[in-house]
Amino acid sequence: MSIFEWSFVAAVLTSATPILFAALAGALCAQAGVFNIALEGQMLWGAFAAVAGSYYTGNAWAGVLVAVLSTAIYSVILAVGAARWKADPIIIAIGTNLLSLGLTGFLLRVLFDTSGSFAPQGLNGIGTMPFLKGIPVIGDVFAGQSVLVPLAFVLIVAAGLWLRLTPGGLRLRGVGEHPDAAATLGIGVARYQTWVTILGGGLCGLAGAQLSLGNVTLFTENMTAGRGWIAVAAVILVANKAFWLPVACLGFGAAEALGFRLQGIGAPQQLTDAAPYAITLVVLVIMRVVVTRRRTHALTPKETLV
Amino acid sequence: MSTAAVELRAISKRFDAVVANDGIDLVLARGTVHAVMGENGAGKSTLMSILFGLVRPDSGEIVVDGETRSFQSPLDAIAAGLGMVHQHFRLFDSMTVAENVVFGAEPTRGGRIDRAAAAERVRSLADRYGLDTDPQARVGDLSAGARQRVEILKALHRDARILILDEPTAVLTPSEVTSLFTVIRRAAEDGTTVVLVTHKIQEVLDVSTEVTVLRDGRVSGRFVTADTTSAELVRAMTGREVEIVANPGTGTLGDAVLEVEGVSVTDARVERVSNVSLSVRRGEIVGIAGVSGNGQHDLVAAILGTAPVSAGRIRLGDHDVTGATVAARRAAGLAVIPEDRRGEGSAVTMSITENLSLGHHRQPPIGRPKGFGRGWMSLVAARTRASEQISSYDIRTSGEKQPVGSLSGGNAQKVVIARELSFDAPLLIAEQPTQGVDVGAIEAIHGRLLDYRASGRGILLVSHEISELLALADRVLVMFAGEIVAEFDRSQASAERIGAAMAGAAAAAGEEWTA
Repeated sequence: MSIFEWSFVAAVLTSATPILFAALAGALCAQAGVFNIALEGQMLWGAFAAVAGSYYTGNAWAGVLVAVLSTAIYSVILAVGAARWKADPIIIAIGTNLLSLGLTGFLLRVLFDTSGSFAPQGLNGIGTMPFLKGIPVIGDVFAGQSVLVPLAFVLIVAAGLWLRLTPGGLRLRGVGEHPDAAATLGIGVARYQTWVTILGGGLCGLAGAQLSLGNVTLFTENMTAGRGWIAVAAVILVANKAFWLPVACLGFGAAEALGFRLQGIGAPQQLTDAAPYAITLVVLVIMRVVVTRRRTHALTPKETLV
Repeated sequence: MSTAAVELRAISKRFDAVVANDGIDLVLARGTVHAVMGENGAGKSTLMSILFGLVRPDSGEIVVDGETRSFQSPLDAIAAGLGMVHQHFRLFDSMTVAENVVFGAEPTRGGRIDRAAAAERVRSLADRYGLDTDPQARVGDLSAGARQRVEILKALHRDARILILDEPTAVLTPSEVTSLFTVIRRAAEDGTTVVLVTHKIQEVLDVSTEVTVLRDGRVSGRFVTADTTSAELVRAMTGREVEIVANPGTGTLGDAVLEVEGVSVTDARVERVSNVSLSVRRGEIVGIAGVSGNGQHDLVAAILGTAPVSAGRIRLGDHDVTGATVAARRAAGLAVIPEDRRGEGSAVTMSITENLSLGHHRQPPIGRPKGFGRGWMSLVAARTRASEQISSYDIRTSGEKQPVGSLSGGNAQKVVIARELSFDAPLLIAEQPTQGVDVGAIEAIHGRLLDYRASGRGILLVSHEISELLALADRVLVMFAGEIVAEFDRSQASAERIGAAMAGAAAAAGEEWTA
């Protein structure tokens, strides 16, 4: 059995997509100077909300919508607390991460009278793209994926262009780099930070929805299993080099997909469960070294003097 | 054109118990260069913050172009035609010059930033005022002088007719100062009113047309520059005659207390210091000149032991300390007045007593190296010692328990200097010892350093102020791009020669090269 084939690439994208959304949220917040470590909890809430929404309405897209909106509302705790009231974002994020874990477990019991996992008969997952079948490569990779998978890449490119090309993007970056300077030029620093954090909440809602209705069609307690933290690590380690963000996320996706394959050929489960995290760490550290080297090279003293 | 561009009437501002501005009147005539002078704490910064809308006055009026204004924020001030270049630049390093200039007031086309229009705007403003700049350059890569030009362009882009420059020459090379003054004159001819906040008398005489001097929150003198003298300005600033401390000249030189041989320092793969050799002997003050960021700080870090050397040897007296810890070097006879007073020189949240005791806490009278009570400190002894130093160094404070962070710059620096001089180390490294310190304190600090030399010790003095080096140093070494490019004896040193070498004009300094 071959490990490397197009279905493997598809599996990589599937695994990477939730992290891509969350990392995009974290990166946008970082651009605005908000250190957002609430991604894990927000993603978990999004995953739960998506399943609950889909279960009650019978429509997966309604589930996605519920996930996006309710996670955006959930992120208001962080947005308003940190940006407007100047509370410590780390403390708030720890609080919302813990709250999310407890709250989803609690609601699982109250609403669905179950614990551990919830996979009712007839729960609708996000639609795939069967119309792509038959197209070589693209069909192999994307036909079985949820629509959110290409959307993640579209959003990343769109965010990059927005940051680079529009006044709003320029101002957002300015707010993050030097808030005092932005404020003296009339930019509402707290306003930018509040809204980007809430936007990040919406993206984490998408991340959760992809996880529970795209990758699988069920919710289990703590099903994010550290993916939000992987996104946080990716954001920190690639720093401002936005190009590297998808690379880092795909690295994790590849590691996870590889883990499933290895499990398939009989490797011990403990090893394959741990592998993605270990491999991701190694990848991130290597990337950090590469990125740092480039940055240092760009700033020699002669250049800074002229 | 005779009407005032700006009038400040009876401006008062109080911060808790401190009266920063006490009924200040200031009239800025259109198209003039108006210098606002004063020592630190005289109220210049508060007054300018009020004018620019950063601080709201307790009472008084701001009249711009004959209209009374109330500024809630800098935005209102900008809208009224004011622009301010802060001493600490407020720029986005990762962005280009054009992006910085248009930030917050971007030209757009179809929802996108119109980069061509932004660059064109920068170019036309730059040409008009003689501000040499490249719109596409990344601000993080620029020199201090070029960054300052970006700040000025930012104000001009918003159509500032009144331009406030806060200590604009602090970070510039002598040639950059000259071109800044050209820009200032051209802007004034163009009808812009320039406010120059400074404590450097020579600059005031060189470029301004009118001067207002502040002391203790009040106006202590108003002058037309052409009709005044530096002595008159000093008297207005300090309220007394300041004696310029004269360097009594080189005495007898003793043994070397510092020998640096071929030292290089590499930070993040970039060579910051390249093959530097120098020595300091007892009874000698060796000055290091250079524009900030040319390796002086890295050289000091190497001697102090906070940065590893990549090549060369460092000796303190008889000890080779090339790989030694900071503690070992200090024990071998080294004291340091660091450049970064708040970050490295003092613990800002700790009291004056605690700061003065740092490093002295193991020796008597504070520490007890042996016997009963070993490892404990005597707080009584620390307090007594602090009180003595507070009075002998004339540290103005509400008490020895006051946190150092709440002292003025000059007084905080005196705490650092008192602590370091009392080590009685054979070598003192003084890095920018009078930066951000007012005239009276500069006088006191210079006197202390000369006394220290007279007691038969050596000093390595790093300064960006050529006048300070000329006043104190027996020899001046000039650093440029990590190398020592020139050396001048006291008799050969002049502001022009040092300035040329600082700007990297190695050829001009070649003939004085004696190493």
